[in-house]
Amino acid sequence: MSSVLDQLVNKPYEHGFRTDIETESAPKGLSEDTIRMISGKKNEPEWLLEFRLKAYRHWLTMEEPHWPNVKYPKIDFQDIIYFSAPKPKKKLSMDEVDPELLRTFEKLGVPMNERAALAGVAVDVIFDSVSVATTYKEKLAKVGIIFCSISEAVRDHPELIKKYLGSVVPPGDNYYAALNSAVFTDGSFVFIPKGVKCPMELSTYFRINTEESGQFERTLIVAEERATVSYLEGCTAPKFDTNQLHAAVVELVALDNADIKYSTVQNWYAGDENGLGGIFNFVTKRGLCQGANSKISWTQVETGSAITWKYPSCVLLGDNSIGEFYSVALTNHMQQADTGTKMIHLGKNTRSTIISKGISAGRSNNSYRGLVKIGAKAAGARNYSQCDSMLIGQKCSANTFPYIQVNNPTATVEHEATTSKIGEDQLFYFRQRGIGAEEAVSMIINGFCKEVFQQLPMEFAVEATKLLGLKLEGSVG
Amino acid sequence: MKNEQGRAILEVRGLTANVAGVPILKGMDLTVREGEIHAIMGPNGSGKSTFAKVLAGHPAYEITGGTVRFEGKDLLGIEPEERARAGIFLGFQYPVEIPGVSNSAFLRLAYNTVQGARGKEELDPLEFDDFIREKMKLLDMDPAFLERSVNEGFSGGEKKRNEILQLATLEPKLSILDETDSGLDIDALRVVANGVNSLLRPDNAFVLVTHYQRLLNYIVPDYVHVMEGGRLIKTGGKELALELESRGYDWVVEEDRANTSGRAAAAATTAA
Repeated sequence: MSSVLDQLVNKPYEHGFRTDIETESAPKGLSEDTIRMISGKKNEPEWLLEFRLKAYRHWLTMEEPHWPNVKYPKIDFQDIIYFSAPKPKKKLSMDEVDPELLRTFEKLGVPMNERAALAGVAVDVIFDSVSVATTYKEKLAKVGIIFCSISEAVRDHPELIKKYLGSVVPPGDNYYAALNSAVFTDGSFVFIPKGVKCPMELSTYFRINTEESGQFERTLIVAEERATVSYLEGCTAPKFDTNQLHAAVVELVALDNADIKYSTVQNWYAGDENGLGGIFNFVTKRGLCQGANSKISWTQVETGSAITWKYPSCVLLGDNSIGEFYSVALTNHMQQADTGTKMIHLGKNTRSTIISKGISAGRSNNSYRGLVKIGAKAAGARNYSQCDSMLIGQKCSANTFPYIQVNNPTATVEHEATTSKIGEDQLFYFRQRGIGAEEAVSMIINGFCKEVFQQLPMEFAVEATKLLGLKLEGSVG
Repeated sequence: MKNEQGRAILEVRGLTANVAGVPILKGMDLTVREGEIHAIMGPNGSGKSTFAKVLAGHPAYEITGGTVRFEGKDLLGIEPEERARAGIFLGFQYPVEIPGVSNSAFLRLAYNTVQGARGKEELDPLEFDDFIREKMKLLDMDPAFLERSVNEGFSGGEKKRNEILQLATLEPKLSILDETDSGLDIDALRVVANGVNSLLRPDNAFVLVTHYQRLLNYIVPDYVHVMEGGRLIKTGGKELALELESRGYDWVVEEDRANTSGRAAAAATTAA
């Protein structure tokens, strides 16, 4: 009976190819020597090596978190390659980028060539451990915006990195953040100076290519007073039977009246129908609304990864600051997701909105976990949370774990949750009106996710709509 | 009754069907010709709704025997969406809600899909808006309907009116209305009935599945059939509905039982 739905969810992963490119990889394993090697390869200053080693030593004393509602075999951290870079490692201008790499990203639909680029989107491209290209750098520099890889930023803007790196997610914050702080290889750095409105969308595209390599990128975005920026992140990986670890850290800092919008379309390889292979996506993302009237908005569309463990959060320190979290998490087959957000209200009249849409198909498990915390001084704080789950088929599950801590009597906190199901009758209704099952599912899902998709920049919204359609092909019945 | 020279749209012969292994339809026979309105009445559990859903191709039912021809072609071998595009419309007893999908987007996709399949012109959003507003006038519907999510938060009457709006939009050859009158107050019933009456043309047809006679005060059928035990046991004109209203169904069932045993006896005699 579930045949129509089944066919619909089981569309093959489109980005599963592997680029045959010569890479330079570190040997497997993690030790202080590995860290010194990574730091040395990147010619890092002493303080950064110290930052890494301190994080590593702290990590050694920590334990993997066991509270998420996910199951996976123990990760052998000595069986991972911590550094892998396409040769030549030397940073090249756009015209000199290895044509094989250009072709890879073309195939993925990521414009690396500025002339052919999507109008108005600047891209930083990360391949395994290194940034291979950043577009529109010069144009952005004219208005004072810094957009480059974190390695370059360490070299060219050490004072900014020193000031902000680890300021929102301290190296010892959690197990995977500590690991990332020890071994992060590359990532993007964005700095929007006072009063500047970033004239285009900024975006980073992450690609894991090497089997058995981990990706540990670090993203840091700083928006000074009255600055605004919209940033997008996309990710894919080839199909491997082994699991790869992706443990990223993203830090956002918004000063007075600044506005940061961070959007993610995550399509890491999810493993096959039986749960073999796929990415372990253990990510720490946090934004600090440091200034008064600042705003940080997270939008995420999570469709890939064997396991997703991530809680993009907002610390609302500045008075009247605003935090938002809009999320669509889709799981199929054997995928597991434990994702949500934390809204920490510290300043007065701070406001937060959480809209979470979980879609589970196949035998997957999809959990929303969210914390709303109102501090003692956060007078007049308000939160509204809405968590909706949709089930497709009989064998999947959805859970909601809301945590609410209120320490100020003037706060208002609202939480709503619903669960629905795409069933045969809903599909039959569409089909009786002449609309095919595939289109019907896509329409139902898009209707369900509407409030989140509306938050995405235009091109990404189209992309996300298509992506969900592909992911769900064959899952209806 | 009408003359029987009109072109047959639907021909059902000896149709049997199961749901979850239990036989529900046990030998349905029905012919519907262009320009006709048929009413299928019968007690609860007689298989009326099943028959409607089977014609539309609901996947929960297993066809175990018989044939259905629609405009001369086999109907049972094709998918529900193909049947819809070919011109079969089912007005649902319980229309589903589709959160986040606007009525206008849904109607336009359905309309354009069906038009495309029939080799006719599709409409862009602006053209469609004009088109649909005309149809809504017919049903006395507020244009604000278009922006609401399909059936979400609609009252029973609004849902049924929405079904008739879809019918008016898709211009089917054969419309099967499954208990469209249930849950309607008298005003809504009149609006729905007026809609149906105005949509009847010489080249289309309606099958009304209903439990009560009152809908037939507004829509006058050419034929009234009584369904019981998964087949039609009596067929008459519109006056049969009134008779059923006053006398109930039992006498028809009795009469059928007598006929059946009579036929069985006759058959036994012949065999001997």
